[in-house]
Amino acid sequence: MTGIEIIIEKCVGCRLCIKECMFGAIEMKDKKAVINDNCTLCGACVPSCKFDAIRIESDKTQETADISKYNGVWVFAEQKHCAVSQVAFELLGEGRKLADTLSIPLSAVLIGSNLQDEANKLIAFGADNIYYVDNQSVEYYNDESYTDIFVQLIEKYKPEIVLIGATTYGRSLAPRVASRLNTGLTADCTGLAIDPEKRLLLQTRPAFGGNLMATIICPNHRPQMATVRPKVMKPLEPDYSRIGEIIHPDVIIPTDLKTKVLDAVQTVCETVSLTEADIIVSGGRGLGEAKNYALVEELARVLGGAAGASRAIVDAGWVDYSHQVGQTGKTVGPKVYFACGISGAVQHLAGMSSSDIIIAINKDPDAPIFKIATFGIVGDVREILPELIKKFKERLG
Amino acid sequence: MNIVVCVKQVPGTSEVKINKETNTIIRDEAEAIINPFDEYAIEEGVRVKENVGGSVTVISMGIPKTAELLRETIAVGVDEAVLLTDKAFAGADTLATSYTLSMGIKKLGDYDLIICGKQATDGDTAQVGPSLAEKLGVPHTTNVRKIEEIKEGYIRCQRMTDDGYEVVEMPLPAVITVVKEINEPRYPSIKGKLKAKKYEVKILNAEDIGADISLCGLNGSPTRVIKTFTPVHEIKAEMIEGTACEQAEKLADKLLSMQFVKCK
Amino acid sequence: MNYFLTEEQQMIKELAARIADEKIAPVAIEYDREGKFPRDIIKYLADSDLCGVYIDDKYGGLGGGVFEMALVVEELSRACGGIALAFAGTGLGTFPIILFGTEEQKNKYLPDIAAGKKLAAFALTEADAGSDAAGIRTTAVADGDYYVLNGTKQWITNGGEADIYTVIACTNREKGARGFSAFIVEKGTPGLSFGKKEDKMGIRASATCELIFENCRIPKENLLAREGMGFIVAMKTLDRTRPGVAAQALGIATGAFNSALKYAKEREQFGQPISSFQAVQHMLADMAIQIEAARCLVYQTCRHIDSGTKNISKEAAMAKVFASDTAMKVTTDAVQIMGGYGYMKEYPVEKMMRDAKITQIYEGTNQIQRNVIALELIKESTRE
Repeated sequence: MTGIEIIIEKCVGCRLCIKECMFGAIEMKDKKAVINDNCTLCGACVPSCKFDAIRIESDKTQETADISKYNGVWVFAEQKHCAVSQVAFELLGEGRKLADTLSIPLSAVLIGSNLQDEANKLIAFGADNIYYVDNQSVEYYNDESYTDIFVQLIEKYKPEIVLIGATTYGRSLAPRVASRLNTGLTADCTGLAIDPEKRLLLQTRPAFGGNLMATIICPNHRPQMATVRPKVMKPLEPDYSRIGEIIHPDVIIPTDLKTKVLDAVQTVCETVSLTEADIIVSGGRGLGEAKNYALVEELARVLGGAAGASRAIVDAGWVDYSHQVGQTGKTVGPKVYFACGISGAVQHLAGMSSSDIIIAINKDPDAPIFKIATFGIVGDVREILPELIKKFKERLG
Repeated sequence: MNIVVCVKQVPGTSEVKINKETNTIIRDEAEAIINPFDEYAIEEGVRVKENVGGSVTVISMGIPKTAELLRETIAVGVDEAVLLTDKAFAGADTLATSYTLSMGIKKLGDYDLIICGKQATDGDTAQVGPSLAEKLGVPHTTNVRKIEEIKEGYIRCQRMTDDGYEVVEMPLPAVITVVKEINEPRYPSIKGKLKAKKYEVKILNAEDIGADISLCGLNGSPTRVIKTFTPVHEIKAEMIEGTACEQAEKLADKLLSMQFVKCK
Repeated sequence: MNYFLTEEQQMIKELAARIADEKIAPVAIEYDREGKFPRDIIKYLADSDLCGVYIDDKYGGLGGGVFEMALVVEELSRACGGIALAFAGTGLGTFPIILFGTEEQKNKYLPDIAAGKKLAAFALTEADAGSDAAGIRTTAVADGDYYVLNGTKQWITNGGEADIYTVIACTNREKGARGFSAFIVEKGTPGLSFGKKEDKMGIRASATCELIFENCRIPKENLLAREGMGFIVAMKTLDRTRPGVAAQALGIATGAFNSALKYAKEREQFGQPISSFQAVQHMLADMAIQIEAARCLVYQTCRHIDSGTKNISKEAAMAKVFASDTAMKVTTDAVQIMGGYGYMKEYPVEKMMRDAKITQIYEGTNQIQRNVIALELIKESTRE
């Protein structure tokens, strides 16, 4: 029988599992844990039990495709305007490690048109070979055509692992592909590793807005697919002497698409978008009023970064939603993140805590943002921002 | 136009608090709510109905308790609420969830537009929308921030991208997932609440929707969670003291010396 | 405390509280500073059916009474007494129609008010007619199928913003108070104009201004009740809306108390939260006692009125006096507990203290209310 079981002999009634259950699905009866109808089999309780008294089983080993036929690590090289996105190079860096651990090749999948230079660049950044689908009609991203082509490639070449950047497109493409292939997909990973014994990809990702980390495997289905958060993995130093093969696979380019992209409008006028920026200056309620957001934009401009915002000021209408950082906005991971007058609600932290350096400026010394900050300044952002703008202007010329 | 909105019950995120000593989530207070992103999906469904006519059905896969939350959606203009609940659905990952929802939606009959929230706040995967579209064999567009035009068999909408938006058109039926920018969910009305009080949520199990239980729940899920842990933040902030001017000076020094900020 | 609300009353209270917390509280300080009228908030109240809580379901309302109105006013006032007044002022302007309107008048005006499409206002006060309402100078002279209004009304809540005005004017000077009549005047009627918006100490988000009538011709069917009934229309209306003022005061007091309590727990002095000092604890206890006592009186008075009892002037006056005096005292103490922070415009309690003051003044000063109460007491004892 599929399900969860409390091994009565082992349960000591310590209640640890009750605390762990997010769904109120464990109760105590006669000093033993009992599972009720609220259980979603999420598995959170299993490791919480110090006595191995909880077991989750499925009633049969899943029908397993012959997984030994699958081989190789793939990275989806997302491109826009004839340039491969940064996250693809980061994934190659990480993919290289995984491929080397498993002693299998690392490949990049490139779909687009006129991308020969980019293909060579992908090799320099670590790919052993490139599956390059070069066609005018797939120059721009389209969910339907890209899914079709990607699935054809996977079915033909059978990679063991597929990594896709957790960008807007990546998070749309990956689930569609995984669903068609009926394989597992782990979203928005921040850590990847290999279980050397079982040769399984260990995919670690945040859940509950970053309050909980979960490690996920896909034991019986191939490929093992994951989307990976940008700015988390590190690219290799490019080596243009590296040799790799560019393969032009024979795929059917779908025509007569249902989904049509009529227009692409750029609204983010800044040169850097939030998700790509190395430096982000974000503002929150502590700015006092809407017009002070200009200070945030000014500092971002001086530093060559992007301007972000907390949910509070987006909801208050001070700044457009496209600037919102956090669980309900954008997830970012720049080298430097300025939190100006942002107290640091967990939902905000979820969207920026993977930044390398966090600078917190807040009037309240007890604000939670200081708990994750590298540098903290207690003070009024309305006074400190103008000073910072002045200083950096002087230094940077 | 038949509009279906997929919703999920999640623990109330505003209630998620961290125990400062042990760095673990205090979960006792986490009451269940409808995934906040799904509220925008519901609102958009009701608005489309108000503009072009039709009906809005909310569907969810979840534990029996979810019915209470689904009932409340009647108060904001939803016509029907359907809960897919079965022990066989438990432990589903996004693939199994998509399959189960697709079977439930097919059971409802004809549908034109399916709306999902961008993602759920507990898992943050954003996978069920596209995955569901695949299972139904219909096109999808994620991160929709505006419906520009919708009529029988046709939708044109704006999809938010990293640097702006795209205008996408699709034939209906289709799936869209929506971001919060798309609207401001309305408050329930008292008359709606009174109507909701009397409403009976339709409950369907695996057999009712003709689902193959080997594709549902834990059995139908390729992925497995093998470990959960709470991240430890061990950073101790270095506090910069002094007047505003001195603080700015010191910080600029640090960032420049660490080469995070470079001269042009 | 269990207030034994019905399920529907509980729903109304909770929904109003949600709107207050989510929509009003974040903008209260700004609207107060800018003197901004809360049109946007009215929209939320309208969409959630709250605008019509006290209007019969026959006219699209929820069929509640004074109590339902008071519950909404209280919750909204917790976040901002000024913003709440756009709602409460409409109640004041609407009750004359509810109480004395003909079927035609009700059908014409109540559905739009219940749906929140139109706001109402009540125009009684004049420069020389405050506590002594008999000093009204505005005249209404019959002229064929019309009445012609001349005169100036002062300090009219929702003035300029409301679409429907119930106006008390003199139709027969010789009869004194018996010579007053009540009229419905729609915004846009030629001859009706508005004076400048008053710059007030508190409740600054509400609009207060003069109504100027210059040969303003209104159709005869806009007469409420009969000629000469104006004073009675006004008094019966105020009897029903005084609990609304009381509820406003109660809400303001509650809001200030909540701020003070939260602050007392967070603010540390001498190495401990100030809530650990007995001086502060006793203040908090006294504030809570007064608020709870006021709430019990207000709720009970509302139930008393809604039960259909005839004599309600004394009770309504008591609730108004007690709750407004409580609001003044509690908000003053809240500022005291919060010290320097309490005095700053950055925090909401100084605003609450300013807002509280008006509740002791308008819809009959507390001194006049005490007169009413005393006269009723003497009358009752004579009757016995």
